[in-house]
Amino acid sequence: MGQAKGTGSQRAGTALLALALPLCLAACASGTGSAPGINDPLEPMNRAVHGLNKGLDTVLVSPGADAYGVVPNPLRQGLSNVADTLALPGSFANHLLQGNVEGAGRNAAQFAVNVVFGLGGLVDVATEAGIPRDKTDFGETLHVWGVGEGPYLELPLLGPSTARDAVGEAVDIAFDPLNAVFEGDDAVAVRVIKLLSRLNDRKRYSNTVDSILYDSADSYAQARLLYLQNRRFELGQTDGSSDGAAGEGGFIDPYEDPYGQ
Amino acid sequence: MASNIVLSRRAFVGAGFAAAAAFGALPAQALNVDQARALIDKVVAEVNGVINSGKSEAQMYPAFEQLFVRYADVPTIARSALGVAARSASPAQMKAFTKAFQGYISRKYGRRFREFIGGKIEVKDAHPLKSYYEVISTAYLKGESPFEVRWHVSDKAGKNLFFNIIIEGVNMLASERTEIGAMLDKRKGDVDALIADLQKI
Repeated sequence: MGQAKGTGSQRAGTALLALALPLCLAACASGTGSAPGINDPLEPMNRAVHGLNKGLDTVLVSPGADAYGVVPNPLRQGLSNVADTLALPGSFANHLLQGNVEGAGRNAAQFAVNVVFGLGGLVDVATEAGIPRDKTDFGETLHVWGVGEGPYLELPLLGPSTARDAVGEAVDIAFDPLNAVFEGDDAVAVRVIKLLSRLNDRKRYSNTVDSILYDSADSYAQARLLYLQNRRFELGQTDGSSDGAAGEGGFIDPYEDPYGQ
Repeated sequence: MASNIVLSRRAFVGAGFAAAAAFGALPAQALNVDQARALIDKVVAEVNGVINSGKSEAQMYPAFEQLFVRYADVPTIARSALGVAARSASPAQMKAFTKAFQGYISRKYGRRFREFIGGKIEVKDAHPLKSYYEVISTAYLKGESPFEVRWHVSDKAGKNLFFNIIIEGVNMLASERTEIGAMLDKRKGDVDALIADLQKI
């Protein structure tokens, strides 16, 4: 579920990605779905990666999140707010690439308000003032440009993704506007803050993450379904009023199709 | 990916919350926004009543199960969750599976109801959708950004009952189809073993 995503590991992740993608794009041109709306021709590889991610969560991320939980919540939340604020310039750039000037404007306003009035981002003044977060990423930019989602991928450390969103992640990491601003110790600090924000998420949502990873009969299939449905919803591909087509990820009318065939 | 965790979590919490809210009665006539809103407000109050009753979690499950049975189309949901295997199952197996399934659902979501204390759902819109109704609502939980919950309601079973809940795109029926399907695979398609094990989860 991406809980293992740490900035310290992002380079490794990006490198793996660079290796995995051509392989995948070659192999996945004509994938058949294992369920309606799911295109997962690399399932065996993905399952192996899922096993790795789950193992990392068990021995490293989950205990790490518990340890980080010792830090008082206001401080943890503050650092997570900083991480969110630091993500805004990248989001701003993607909104512009999508031609969404309004979204970019909201990101700019959020950033300015939180940096100036929110102690450099420690306090999320902007959201409380009613400026919505409106995050976006290069995966969404690619979607807006007409790139299809491609085969499902579970990435080492980063978790569930698709071919398109994996490229998006790599581009977002490589071209983050902040890369040019922070150097040396500052860059390390930014990475640590982002890593701690991930750990805080793992801690905060431990019930959900645990239930998916450890309580479900097939954690891989549940994580895949959840990611694809939620991602398509984020990108506005499901409005709930359409059905049947592959994009809906299992929209079901149990009266017309009682067995969901 | 942090957003994925957040949304997934919301989706999951929302599913429980929505399930809780859906335990309320749905009117016999075609839905409109006001009826639906009044209804869900009432249901949330009812569910909060159970949560704040001081009962232990184990004591709450039967209460939730009763509400689920009354206001959801449980036989249809259970059959869809079992998928193709439901076609070859005997009527006795279907009956036993449906009973085991409703208990499993009530416990699964009931376990998480304390996370919903202090939350609320507001109905924004309701409209006919294909052969059923879709009610669109927004859930507000403490410490979370508001998120969208859609309810699918049908009268095909003779009265208005809900059969699916969709939170931020994640639909409960699809999720349970995946879960029950995986459980059945693990038991090599043995429906009786699945029924027996569902009662222990």
